[in-house]
Amino acid sequence: MSYTKRILHVDLSTGKTEIEPLKEEMARKYIGGIGLGMRLFLDNSKAGVDPFSPENPIIFATGPLSGTMAPSAGNGYAVVSKSPLTEGIAESKSHGFFGAELKRAGYDAVIFTGKSEKLVYAWIDDDSVQLMDAQHLKGKSPHETEMAIREDLGDFYTRVTAIGEAGEKLVRIGCAINDEFRAVGRTGMGAVMGSKNLKAVAVRGTNDVNVAKPEEFTEFIRMIHERMKGPATRKYRTLGTPENVLVLNALGALPTRNFTQATFEGAEKVSGEYLNERYIKKIIGCATCGMRCDHIGVVPEGPYKGATARVEFECLWALGPNCGVDRLDAIIEAIYQCDYYGIDCISAGGIVSFAMDCYENGILTEKDTEGLDLRFGNHEALVEMVKRIGSRKGWLGDVLADGTMRAAEKIGKGAVKYANHIKGLELPGYDIRGLKTAALGFAVSFRGACHLRAGAYDPDVKGKVDRFKIEKGRGKIVMVGEDEYNVIDSLILCKFSRGVFYEKLQDMARYYTLATGIEVTPDEIMQAGERINNLARVLNIREGKGTREYDQLPPKIMSVPIPDEGVAKGACVNQKEFDIGLDDYYEVRGWTKEGIPTVEKLKELGLNDLVPIVKEKLGAQTPKKKGKGGK
Amino acid sequence: MASIHEKKFVSGDPAKCVGCCVCEYACSMEKEKTYNPTKSRIRAVRLNPFVNLAVACRLCEEAPCVAACPRDALEQSQEKGIIIVDEEKCNGCGWCIEACDYGAIQLHPETRVVFTCDLCDGEPKCVEWCPEEALDFTTKDILSQKARVAIVKKLFVEALKAPT
Repeated sequence: MSYTKRILHVDLSTGKTEIEPLKEEMARKYIGGIGLGMRLFLDNSKAGVDPFSPENPIIFATGPLSGTMAPSAGNGYAVVSKSPLTEGIAESKSHGFFGAELKRAGYDAVIFTGKSEKLVYAWIDDDSVQLMDAQHLKGKSPHETEMAIREDLGDFYTRVTAIGEAGEKLVRIGCAINDEFRAVGRTGMGAVMGSKNLKAVAVRGTNDVNVAKPEEFTEFIRMIHERMKGPATRKYRTLGTPENVLVLNALGALPTRNFTQATFEGAEKVSGEYLNERYIKKIIGCATCGMRCDHIGVVPEGPYKGATARVEFECLWALGPNCGVDRLDAIIEAIYQCDYYGIDCISAGGIVSFAMDCYENGILTEKDTEGLDLRFGNHEALVEMVKRIGSRKGWLGDVLADGTMRAAEKIGKGAVKYANHIKGLELPGYDIRGLKTAALGFAVSFRGACHLRAGAYDPDVKGKVDRFKIEKGRGKIVMVGEDEYNVIDSLILCKFSRGVFYEKLQDMARYYTLATGIEVTPDEIMQAGERINNLARVLNIREGKGTREYDQLPPKIMSVPIPDEGVAKGACVNQKEFDIGLDDYYEVRGWTKEGIPTVEKLKELGLNDLVPIVKEKLGAQTPKKKGKGGK
Repeated sequence: MASIHEKKFVSGDPAKCVGCCVCEYACSMEKEKTYNPTKSRIRAVRLNPFVNLAVACRLCEEAPCVAACPRDALEQSQEKGIIIVDEEKCNGCGWCIEACDYGAIQLHPETRVVFTCDLCDGEPKCVEWCPEEALDFTTKDILSQKARVAIVKKLFVEALKAPT
């Protein structure tokens, strides 16, 4: 079976390690990846823990398919902790090579607690776990760190995930990056590592990874490989996700200049088509994956000559159209700088665009920017600002390094009007004023604004629903999307490969069973997805962030209609339809009107031990809601 | 006895290889019934995003690994050119590993004797699985032919476009 049944505890304060067995019930209920990670977070943390305190655990979880030949899933790992951005539950996944190595080293999960006195990296060499001095790596980029550790250890095949200067300096959008281009990007996991003086995790695994039914598993993979050559992955293999630029632009759904417009006049110049023609040098792949999607861009000439980065739509959008920048060379340079300092590109672009909006509206002045002309479209200012955020340089760099939500509060003068975040996490590149199923999905996502917690943009973009309104029924769409995505992120399937699972949960349940030998039905695995969403919700409630008042949309989305001429002109989410959406969603989820899972729902999902956490909240509300049909 | 011209081996094309390691997983499953790249007869190397290549035994003539073995534990098959390891004689000393320019003979993590590509009885699983068709089971003569055809095509791109 493909679980190692071992959880490693590492206390960074004392250097002590311990192995805890993974019980089969836990594996079955939470699968692996984000599900297992969040359950372990709950079991290993106290309510109200400060994200930067030694007591906040950070968990690296592999999945039941990690280390196997499963294409797109054999290479993944998830990181779970409490987010320094949202102060709620945080999770982020990454692919590449690291996850497979961690599994081969013999672990379903590694839980780091405590804080090292000095900067260290954890060296996990199968059963041997050591904390190694990393003071010589201080200030180095994740990739420099990866190369230096390989050199230090003298082993080329050592896999490393590392933070950059940003994580060390507790930049709240700090990420960890493995295998040069693969980021545990969102929700600030790099900053949590930095708070523990954990510069990197280096792994060498030499153990076998076995599946329960090798022959059938091989046949299943053969089928997935064949499907991967087909239409389901065409986009990722050809233009890549930057194909979205022109698609969203045509729909009037490409957020431009911090969601001031929804179409970008420079879209052609930053399109996937133009990118591939001019800048993409090679398309490479992660371990075990037959798809290959990593579009590696290199700037051939000009002021940013030589800049190299993996270019996906979200990074391109955040640092391009959203900042009014129409130069791909500057965008590639900005992505490169994000990778260099180790910050999440989506949040970085969101923050810079927010600052640009403030500057254009007179809230930030040239004095605040220390002479930087922070107008939309100024690519030099964009690149400079990314560097300042990544290193907390100057007053503004330092303020913005805490993320849009905190920066807006600190800057004051009405800056909150321009702050595009949900629960503290910056918005990704979909203008949800005209993609309203997505708007609902973003609002209720447990990790904050995210297109990959429910994929609810899909029915909007594909025209399966009227994207300009929220009505009853959207709650169900979001819920089903969330539960499926929870399964995907717990198996740690790459979402780019989701289309190859023609039978969706039936395929995924079979994949799981062939690997682990644990029989599950599609309904059972879907219920695991639902359980994981409820677990995440309860965790947020435990942290005081999990109720209706936190499921909100940014002011611009709710009050500034899309001004551009075209199909989306005038679109904006109004409170009435948004409330209909939230009510509908909570109802299908079996939650109260305040968005709290009921005792019955938790018991139905086998989450009985979480009941005390919600009981307190429910008790506080029941009298108010009694007789009004509140659940 | 097959001549060098007829011996087929597994050759990687750096222009096509993306460093995905599917070959390693396919090999370890075929030969060892498990997923473990450290037990794979072919190993992928990614130096940077643009330089990827999987390397396996190249069936050298007068194979240096065989010559280097002080215990006569290695023998080159006359018929196929593959290196056969006598696991009773091999004591894992590693002289053959030092002698191989390609890193294609390795020490097995468990048995502690050396192991290398045996071409899967003429149907290499790595070649079958490679999603990029970056691996060829071919002879040196065919490789040189292919290289010639490719360079001529490149030199005469315009002429090839012209109507005949």
